[in-house]
Amino acid sequence: MSENQHKGRGERRTFFAQVSAGAALLALAPGFRLIDLAVGKNDDEPARPDVRWGMFVDTTRCAEGCTDCVDACNTEHGLQGFDRPQTDAQWIRKLDLEDDQTGQTWSLPMMCQHCESPPCVDVCPTGASFVRDDGIVLVDKHTCIGCRYCMMACPYKARSFIHEDLTDQRPHSPRGKGTVESCNFCVHRVDGNRLPACVEACSDAGHNALVFGDLNDAESTVSKRLSTMQTSQVRDDLGLNTAVRYHGV
Amino acid sequence: MMEAARQRYRTLEIDAGKYWLTLAVLGAAIGVGLLAAYYMEHHGHWVTGMSNQIVWGMPHVFAILLIVAASGALNVASMGSVFGEARYKPLSRISGLIAVALLVGGLLILVLDLGRPDRLIVAMTTYNFKSIFAWNIFLYTGFVVIAVVYLWMFFEPRMGRFSSRVGILAFVWRIVLTTGTGSIFGFLVARNAYDAAIMAPLFVAMSLSVGTALFMLITCAVLRVNNEDIAAEWLLRLRRLNGIFVAVVLYFTVVQIVAGMYVAEHGEIVRFILSDGGSITGIFWIGQILIGSVLPMILFFHPRLAEMRWIMTAAMLVVIGGVAHLYVIIIGGQAVPMELFPGKTELSSFYDGVVAGYSPSVPELLLGLGGIAVSLFLIVVALRVLPFLPAAPVPRKSPR
Repeated sequence: MSENQHKGRGERRTFFAQVSAGAALLALAPGFRLIDLAVGKNDDEPARPDVRWGMFVDTTRCAEGCTDCVDACNTEHGLQGFDRPQTDAQWIRKLDLEDDQTGQTWSLPMMCQHCESPPCVDVCPTGASFVRDDGIVLVDKHTCIGCRYCMMACPYKARSFIHEDLTDQRPHSPRGKGTVESCNFCVHRVDGNRLPACVEACSDAGHNALVFGDLNDAESTVSKRLSTMQTSQVRDDLGLNTAVRYHGV
Repeated sequence: MMEAARQRYRTLEIDAGKYWLTLAVLGAAIGVGLLAAYYMEHHGHWVTGMSNQIVWGMPHVFAILLIVAASGALNVASMGSVFGEARYKPLSRISGLIAVALLVGGLLILVLDLGRPDRLIVAMTTYNFKSIFAWNIFLYTGFVVIAVVYLWMFFEPRMGRFSSRVGILAFVWRIVLTTGTGSIFGFLVARNAYDAAIMAPLFVAMSLSVGTALFMLITCAVLRVNNEDIAAEWLLRLRRLNGIFVAVVLYFTVVQIVAGMYVAEHGEIVRFILSDGGSITGIFWIGQILIGSVLPMILFFHPRLAEMRWIMTAAMLVVIGGVAHLYVIIIGGQAVPMELFPGKTELSSFYDGVVAGYSPSVPELLLGLGGIAVSLFLIVVALRVLPFLPAAPVPRKSPR
């Protein structure tokens, strides 16, 4: 165990060196991915309680009609549609808004907001819905009984129930008929020091509307954005302290 | 105590052919319900009317109806042993039996509608004690245990002296149980249709109303089989009491709606239920208000309608109204879109901003009816093998 941890630290050190070198090269390039991970972990390591993963969404950069983040999520997690939109799973969706008074419009991605006090976790009878130490809200597919109470409780309509048998699943994102699921911030990628698929896709498309990182690290890009730009939480009246913050709406 | 000692009880005096035929019909309904559940689990819930928008459907309407009615069906036993109304004591046994049977039927529906009913053992062993759902698992199983002990007190004369203490526990327990059931909705902060403390007393009142109505229907039916005199004083008194319970449910409903009209953010759900909700609006006005509230109150309170057939008609209407009420709460409450950004029109591929559609599917209905059949099956078998039914005219024969 300690040998593994030691090995893990060694790997991380190598990784840091590689990332630093890469970052030095990329720092000059415009559109450099806005992420400050470098706190990945091995599978046998627990999540770090000093980290809180979060996301900054710049709605002024989010293009109407663009679904790159949604497509990337569907591919990453193997969310195939069955041509049944009422029951097909959606972990992230594009939400188009129009102000009833002024007619102003917005387009933004909506997904699990990874609340600090998630109603889904409160109501889950078996504790299958839980918050990982680093703030990511997850569903334990082994203890979810499929009661759907979390779906009743989620203020963001962020969860989907799996209504049918699934085939061709992604090994890193196991799913199961009869259980509930939602955006997990691509936890398998984050643990491997990679960006969530949606953030990467948005960056690849040149929009850079999504910034992902550690909210507890004052030096992270996401923290700097949040401390310098006006942002809001969706349904902030509920006091859930969401990890996803929106700018421009 | 002398009165209790004089009271005689009988089993269900039904001839063997009819008994087995009844069980066969109920058994077939249970079988069809189980097949429906298997069909839903085998194919997945997409074959039902439920979706990612309406996540709780018709099975929940049936299940919650039976669960709240179970609590209310114990009313008559409570009146005998908690409130000292001796005239109801002969009916305590059947009251306890109906309560247990309705709860078992309701829970079965709930379990068989889970995405993973095979994980019942997980639900029974892994708890998140912050979840009102988890509390309810204890409240429901605890209710069955308490009601069974309560029944034992009624059957065992030596335990009779404890019956009032157990009765008080059962009474408090069932009030907490229906408070817990109502709070399943009351604690949902996300949805404007719920998120209100009034859901708890509303469900308590609904349990008293629907539970008493179902008690009267079932008890009168089985007493008629036994050729017992059922046009008795207790029925006339229960008639008035049930009328009051119906009025209390209506009162809480009015308070809930008026409060909703006053708060701008709840305006949409109130408008939806009262006028804009299509079938939900129809079910509210015709099912819940007319059939479930106004007509039964007329039938229960009008002095010229104090007859068996009108009392039974009213009780039937109360049960139908209860189904309508729960449908409006459960389906209507989910159909109204959640407002993520108040003051803005929302549009997405995930049905944001639009009223969610729902049509109950045949398997859902069959599962619900199967649960009701389970309750009736248990009642018929128990009545046949144990003396639950009072033999003398109820209340007791005049002491001479």
